[in-house]
Amino acid sequence: MPSTRITEADGSAGHGAAAARPWFRRMRWRGYGPLLGLVLLCVVGTALNPDFATWDNWVNVLARTSFIGIIAIGMCFVIVTGGIDLSVGSMAALIAGGEILLMNSLATSLGSPVAVIALGMVFAIVLGGLFGIAHGLLITRGRIEPFIVTLGTLGIFRALLTWLADGGVITLDGMLSDSYGPVYYATPLGLQVPVWVFAATAFAGAVLLNRTTFGRYVKAIGSNEQVARYAAVDVGQVKLLAYGLLGACVGIATLLYVPRLGSASPTTGLLWELEAIAAVIIGGTSFRGGSGSIAGTVTGAILLSVIGNVLDLTSIISVYLNAAVQGVVIIVVALLQRRRT
Amino acid sequence: MSLRVAFDGITKRFGAVPVLNDVSFELAPGRVHALLGENGAGKSTLVKILAGYERASAGTVRIDGGAQAFPTAREAEAQGIVLVHQETNLADALTVTENIFLGHELRRGWWLDERAMRAKARMALDEVGLAVDPDTKLRDLIIAERQLVEIAKALVRRVRLLILDEPTASLTPTECERLFGLVARLRADGVTIIYISHKLDEVERITDEVIVMRDGRFVGRAPTAGLARGRMVEMMIGRELADMFPPKEPEPTSGPPMLEVRGLTVPGWAEQVSFTLHAGEILGFAGLVGAGRTELFEGLIGLRPCSSGTVMIDGRPARLRNPRAALGRGIAYLSEDRKGKALHLHMPMRDNLTLASLDRHARPWLSAASEDRAWQRARELFAIRGGDAGAPAATLSGGNQQKLAIAKYLEPAPRILVLDEPTRGVDVGAKREIYFLIARLAAEGRGLIVVSSELIELIGLCHRVVVMRRGRVMATVAGTRLTEAELLAHALDTHH
Repeated sequence: MPSTRITEADGSAGHGAAAARPWFRRMRWRGYGPLLGLVLLCVVGTALNPDFATWDNWVNVLARTSFIGIIAIGMCFVIVTGGIDLSVGSMAALIAGGEILLMNSLATSLGSPVAVIALGMVFAIVLGGLFGIAHGLLITRGRIEPFIVTLGTLGIFRALLTWLADGGVITLDGMLSDSYGPVYYATPLGLQVPVWVFAATAFAGAVLLNRTTFGRYVKAIGSNEQVARYAAVDVGQVKLLAYGLLGACVGIATLLYVPRLGSASPTTGLLWELEAIAAVIIGGTSFRGGSGSIAGTVTGAILLSVIGNVLDLTSIISVYLNAAVQGVVIIVVALLQRRRT
Repeated sequence: MSLRVAFDGITKRFGAVPVLNDVSFELAPGRVHALLGENGAGKSTLVKILAGYERASAGTVRIDGGAQAFPTAREAEAQGIVLVHQETNLADALTVTENIFLGHELRRGWWLDERAMRAKARMALDEVGLAVDPDTKLRDLIIAERQLVEIAKALVRRVRLLILDEPTASLTPTECERLFGLVARLRADGVTIIYISHKLDEVERITDEVIVMRDGRFVGRAPTAGLARGRMVEMMIGRELADMFPPKEPEPTSGPPMLEVRGLTVPGWAEQVSFTLHAGEILGFAGLVGAGRTELFEGLIGLRPCSSGTVMIDGRPARLRNPRAALGRGIAYLSEDRKGKALHLHMPMRDNLTLASLDRHARPWLSAASEDRAWQRARELFAIRGGDAGAPAATLSGGNQQKLAIAKYLEPAPRILVLDEPTRGVDVGAKREIYFLIARLAAEGRGLIVVSSELIELIGLCHRVVVMRRGRVMATVAGTRLTEAELLAHALDTHH
């Protein structure tokens, strides 16, 4: 086996030199880097503040991670195709606003709050999926770079929400808010609903990426789009589905987020795109596409919110520097994971 | 100014895999040396060590008697040692001049001396016989032109040892002639030249001495004059090669054609092309680079827009909008560009093999066991050597990569297979295997189309050969008229 593994190629294997290297040089860090970083951070957090290692704190951190985590799983597919979506934060805001407005208007005519909420949730997923497919069409049929398309919609989505909210806040009706609350706050089997949905999305994502033709095509396109096209892969359709999938993930994250605050405003979902992309990259997915890991993405998302949590609980570094610490982590991870030349 | 180069016990391993094993020989200064060997023999690695692209695991390179290990290509170039790569290594977005001087820009104080660079670039381009404006962007050049730019780049660097690795793989006969003239001039100027090529007629013509490598070892050397081609081949493969081509089956003309193309036009590339293909037939396509053969077949399977023409498969009209539709009707096309269009070099071999037929392994979840079985089958059937299912395709030698690519396009069980330059950059032994494979596929009742720039290959393999020139069919040649002279005359339009 080792004879064909080119990632290990450095000319020294097979001389007995490998045995002379210290164990930490021989271990393959690539796949475990993010997990190791997370464990290390938890050790530091626990040492600095005993409250960190409590069940309550952990449940809290995981629940807050869920939104970014679910979006990051969709983002992972898009990045593996070699694309990007910068609009997810704005998209979440617009979906939240749209969902609340729809539910408020249905509340009077439909009566049953459960039915209204169910409709609102379906609406969120469908709208997200449609937004994603619109991105995909502009990218495949319109032949515009994903960066440019989603830079455009980033502005469009948030401006539309600001216009719908008339610059203020769109608030969910009080009665609906009470019925919708459990979708965020309920804790079946000790964990909040978003955490379960996050776990389910991650599982489905991992199966989709690694065990289906769609997942294989996603990797093949990211690895070399021409080769995939020549091998009769319907490149346009696969990309369309990947962006649609991400849109649906944004819809799911949003329908879980709305009951938390019961409102949408021009600052809803601000900078989510950066956190989602960062989670994917920290998780070891190549920004150039072609390969990616759902487990890594989940780890990356958790790592990012644990950083914030540790800063909250300790006083060594100001909470205001949260984004700076996250930025340092992203760059360090990229340094550690760069390809050997 | 001549350089005396000696390899002394050079060994190179990638991981545990030895690529070069105790290679020792000397190169006489001011001569043209052919470096021969099958793919994977270690020729490219050896010259990369000499030119500073790789470092030896053991052994030394001596230049004019002194041990030298260039840490980078830059240091080697400073000594006048220049390697022109198999795959060109130029920046697409920069101009010809900018590429030629990349990393060695001429300056005037703080500023770039654009005028001097352009003038020198033009001189170098004249010398290699490339008639393009030095301000042309590299991306606007075809592969052959890029290669000539690489050589011009070497000239500007005041070359003392020039290594040409497969320089004529995509050059037209005229461009080859110019290159040979240039090699002769450089030799007269005292430049030592290492010439790596699979084309033995070229080796015979322009080299003074032949050095043969096999399996990472030095096998032998001999003056080119008086060395028969057959002997060169035998030294390379280490066994006798009775016959390169399989015996031809009689031409199957009875019955209706399997594929009939009428008046197919691919705007800008192919005009009103018509041909037929029968089951069991091997149909060749000859022509110069740029004759539109590749683009014709890309148009046929829907990778390029076609403006007119009808395609009939088994007598029924077929509309092939994309490669998927083409595969659905049983036509597969293997591109000439192995690295860019045929294989995912960084993906596992098994994943490469199954990509075009992946639905068969999904029920509905992909079955790794089923894919592994397909890989085992293909590896045996196509004799893919050095393969490990999970290792990237890039770890295979060129010949084995090509076998993997053919296996990949046969996985969906097409009835018509178009192979574009199936033996490009492939060693003699693998070539022979591929020729026998093509004959076997035809004998099984498939229709085979072989697009090739090697006339010998078309003559040895095909029942009929269609010759194209500037997008048009000039002639279809068969039987005893199938000769090099006849094909070339049609391709160059000097036929009367």
